[in-house]
Amino acid sequence: MRGAGIELIVYGDYECPFCAALELRLREAAVRLCFRHFPVGSSHPRAQAAARAAEAAARQGAFWRMHDALFADQGRLEDPHLWARARELGLDLERFDADRRSPAVGARVRGDFRGGVRAGVVTTPTVFVAGTAHAGRASMQLELPRRI
Amino acid sequence: MGIVEAGQDAPEFSLQTADAGAPFTRAALLGATTVLVFYPFAFSPVCTDQLSLYDELRADFAAQGATLLGVSCDAHYSQSAFKRQLGIAMPQLSDFEPKGATCRAFGVLHPDGFPQRALVLIDGAGVVRWSHQAASPGELPGANLIFDALARL
Repeated sequence: MRGAGIELIVYGDYECPFCAALELRLREAAVRLCFRHFPVGSSHPRAQAAARAAEAAARQGAFWRMHDALFADQGRLEDPHLWARARELGLDLERFDADRRSPAVGARVRGDFRGGVRAGVVTTPTVFVAGTAHAGRASMQLELPRRI
Repeated sequence: MGIVEAGQDAPEFSLQTADAGAPFTRAALLGATTVLVFYPFAFSPVCTDQLSLYDELRADFAAQGATLLGVSCDAHYSQSAFKRQLGIAMPQLSDFEPKGATCRAFGVLHPDGFPQRALVLIDGAGVVRWSHQAASPGELPGANLIFDALARL
């Protein structure tokens, strides 16, 4: 989680342009954000790999920096681009690569996804505010308190 | 007539498969747990999200012993192209001719001549165990509804 303010849980994926647009809004808002991965492979073929990259970065204390770096350039999510980001973030590359391919990281991403499914998430982004889901377009129209 | 309800026998029906071989009928449901996923139109936006999401959960559904089959009134060629474009594995069944006959039999034919967005869970004895129709075709039923229904079997 990061930030301060009303708690939001966002189910998203790094290949989803609407999620990227929402991210920009959230950065200007006074919200405490929890991001959970919701990669649907057939819609977004690189979403799973990007989610795993973020969780691998998390293992080296760099989740949010990787998260931001992924959303910053959604057109570049192939493996060489993921390695480049890890390098730029100063991560141990061997460990990053081993972690992103590991069953543990896969299980973490899958756990987020399954949790989303259980909660009725069907599309990205879906934002939960005080237990109420706002999906797709509705999430973009959420009124959020501005960060001072 | 509304959507078929839990406890009713699945009606007799005939749908065309992708290879246009022997039709898929009620007899093919016996001995398996099946969810018929009725959707309005191939290539339309909400349908795309729905089938992609369910496809991502293919293994989870299989672990619950269930197979999902997509049903629309599109010709089987269109359905195959749709399936290929989405990159999904869910088999598609075509209610093209007579148009909507199977949808009508299951009580899910929209007045405008296309399938309602609906789910029908049928057990190995051919009995409907759960059904759900979205409030409107634009609304996407969560996969959790299917898992909840399977858990109650």
